[in-house]
Amino acid sequence: MKDRPLDSLFSRLGLAFVCFFRVVFDARAARSVRDALEDGASPKLMPPRTPAAESAAMRLLSILQREGRLVDFLQQDVTSFSDADVGAAARVVHDGCRKALHTHATIEPVRLEAEGARVTIEAAYDADRLRLLGDVKGSPPYAGVLRHRGWQAVRFAMPETVGVHDETVLAPAEVEVG
Amino acid sequence: MTRYAVGIDLGTTHCAMAVAPIEFEGARPEILLLPQIVARGQIEGRPLLPSFVYFATTGEGPQALPWDAERPFSVGEQARACAIEAPSRVVASAKSWLSHPGVDRRSGLLPIDAPDDVGKISPVEASRRYLQHLAEVFAARSGGGRGALAEQDVVVTVPASFDASARELTLEACLAAGIEHPTLLEEPQAAFYAWTDAMGDAWRHNVRPGDVVLVVDIGGGTTDLSAIAAVETGGALELVRVAVGDHILLGGDNMDLAVAHVAREKLEKLGKSLDRWQRASLVHACRVAKERLLGGESLTACPIAIASRGASLMGTTLRTELTRDDVARTIVDGFFPRVEADARPIVRPRVGLTQIGLPYASDPGITRHLAAFLSRQSGALSQLSGAMPAAESTARLLHPTAVLFNGGVMKAKALRERIVEQIDAWMRADGAQASRVRVLDAEDLDMAVARGACAYALARRGRGLRIRGGTARAYYVGIEDSVPAIPGIEPPIRAMCVAPFGMEEGSEATLPPHELGVVVGEACRFRFFGSSVRRQDAAGAVLTEWDEGEIEELPPLEVSLPADGRREGDVVPVRLRSHATEVGTLRLDAEPIQPRKPDERWRVELNVRERPGG
Repeated sequence: MKDRPLDSLFSRLGLAFVCFFRVVFDARAARSVRDALEDGASPKLMPPRTPAAESAAMRLLSILQREGRLVDFLQQDVTSFSDADVGAAARVVHDGCRKALHTHATIEPVRLEAEGARVTIEAAYDADRLRLLGDVKGSPPYAGVLRHRGWQAVRFAMPETVGVHDETVLAPAEVEVG
Repeated sequence: MTRYAVGIDLGTTHCAMAVAPIEFEGARPEILLLPQIVARGQIEGRPLLPSFVYFATTGEGPQALPWDAERPFSVGEQARACAIEAPSRVVASAKSWLSHPGVDRRSGLLPIDAPDDVGKISPVEASRRYLQHLAEVFAARSGGGRGALAEQDVVVTVPASFDASARELTLEACLAAGIEHPTLLEEPQAAFYAWTDAMGDAWRHNVRPGDVVLVVDIGGGTTDLSAIAAVETGGALELVRVAVGDHILLGGDNMDLAVAHVAREKLEKLGKSLDRWQRASLVHACRVAKERLLGGESLTACPIAIASRGASLMGTTLRTELTRDDVARTIVDGFFPRVEADARPIVRPRVGLTQIGLPYASDPGITRHLAAFLSRQSGALSQLSGAMPAAESTARLLHPTAVLFNGGVMKAKALRERIVEQIDAWMRADGAQASRVRVLDAEDLDMAVARGACAYALARRGRGLRIRGGTARAYYVGIEDSVPAIPGIEPPIRAMCVAPFGMEEGSEATLPPHELGVVVGEACRFRFFGSSVRRQDAAGAVLTEWDEGEIEELPPLEVSLPADGRREGDVVPVRLRSHATEVGTLRLDAEPIQPRKPDERWRVELNVRERPGG
């Protein structure tokens, strides 16, 4: 952030206009602006700021930890445990994360054919949706065997955030009082 | 502006809301996603709003919602999670408290074990907060004040077994939440409307004149039974709700606990002990396992893994499994045992009043409760006008011809089959000629009540058939005979009917001829009774005796006469006029025999705290 060049007068004017309308019509934007202005005055009171994409990723991690203990699982070293112990823990993680995944997203295969089926790839294939493996040469159409059906999120909904919270905390420490 | 028909399922464990625009022909109820706090600082729209209130600590700060940054409490998913993490700060099962006659339901009561820094709230206030949350969601969705729930056609559901005072308190919560024109609807009826709505016109092929549909609604906390008869009147099909069951605090939560107990014993046999968190996760895991094992999947066992609270998962996770046999024994045979038609729930005498608690059903055998209902209601069709097939006069049971299941518990195929099997066996033994009872296939049993309430709001506007039925009870006031007092013997009491069974909404009962005396300037109490079986008593009928269990005592009535031109201490003779309101509540007014001004009347208070020891 520090390395970004400072804005010109013209772009500052534009920004001021945008800010004016957003502050007037959007209470949450007003809060962000107020927070940003107060940030300079008392930087220690504010939690670390994270860019939106990282913030959403951390929220996802916090959900998978809360519902399915994923961070606990990945942070522990599995080598010294028996398969039975790892298996029992995996059930907890699988049950919880699966439920969380299905609550927040609808996941469908990219290709509906069964894996192992012979498929033909037309010339105008979408490289985002399909990857060619093996002895790929010449020009399409290609014939081959479907090795993985692929996955796509046809719906994905993350919780919104309200208030100002430190999103780098994936799970708070817990103290049982009494 | 578009007006909406809104159906609200105000449930013991969850709330849901369905909406449909009124003006659009053919609009169907749609479940609204309900934004709620799911974890600290995270808001998410979910179809169900758990009916829990969590009081945050001062350290946690406000429980901000998009429309209120300063709220000191939260409602919904996070609050439900806190019920395990910090139970003394969470209100749960407010609806069961709302129908508890032994407590003052307007007083700060919940959470029962709240610490000093939590301002306790009443069951009415808790209900208001759930409703207010729904009202706020609706308003936020339609962009502020103009779309307020106050201006929509709102139907809020209550258990059929709710008596007049619990309905009155539900109405009070609605009004306090800004729902200005609510209508109350019985949940089993809502389930029926959801079924007709889902079937479209085809439902008329499934229900014909002469049918009696038994609605079995088993939710998280309660079991609610109703019977709806189809009759032909002037060539048209008419539906009449002919009977409702008692308020039974018994539901899926009890079953989850029972299964968890089995799993816990297995773990303890291996020398493992569970802490509070693990016990709570065990209940949750057992619920999931139970649903899978009863759900018709061909599983013989379902593994259960319970993590510890700490950050280490491996090495501390406990593992066991539940078998199909465990679940069949605990749930199917434990809660739905095969019984004869003359089986009755075991009633245990209540032991001391050392602790305030909910009046949970003491017999977990739902089939016994069901047998008792069908037997008590054997005369349910007696007062029906319209063409009903001549009921066998020797029948000792009400004979349902079809069953409609509702509530999360009834998603389990094995339990539906057991109920059908029982009804068939009882009917055969009772000499029924009809073939087996039919099951009306319903879908989405968690959401049906909200959908059905919305469908009813549309049906009231002439877009569908309505179920008639009126009040599900007759109500009586106790009159004590003036006899010389004898120590140790209670004066005999007679019961005067003030509101007959089946009063239609918007109707008034004729004024009973008998007078009651009330004292000016004092709150006068009268004993109050209800009966869900006495269909024959007209307003004014005086009973000197009745069969065991026919009439139950309700919290007393209270009439307060302001002095207002009369001398304090004078006894003023009054009559009680009852009115079944359009909203779905019962109103009682005291009318003086010699009024001082035209239309002089005083509201009779239905929700009075029981006298200590009374």
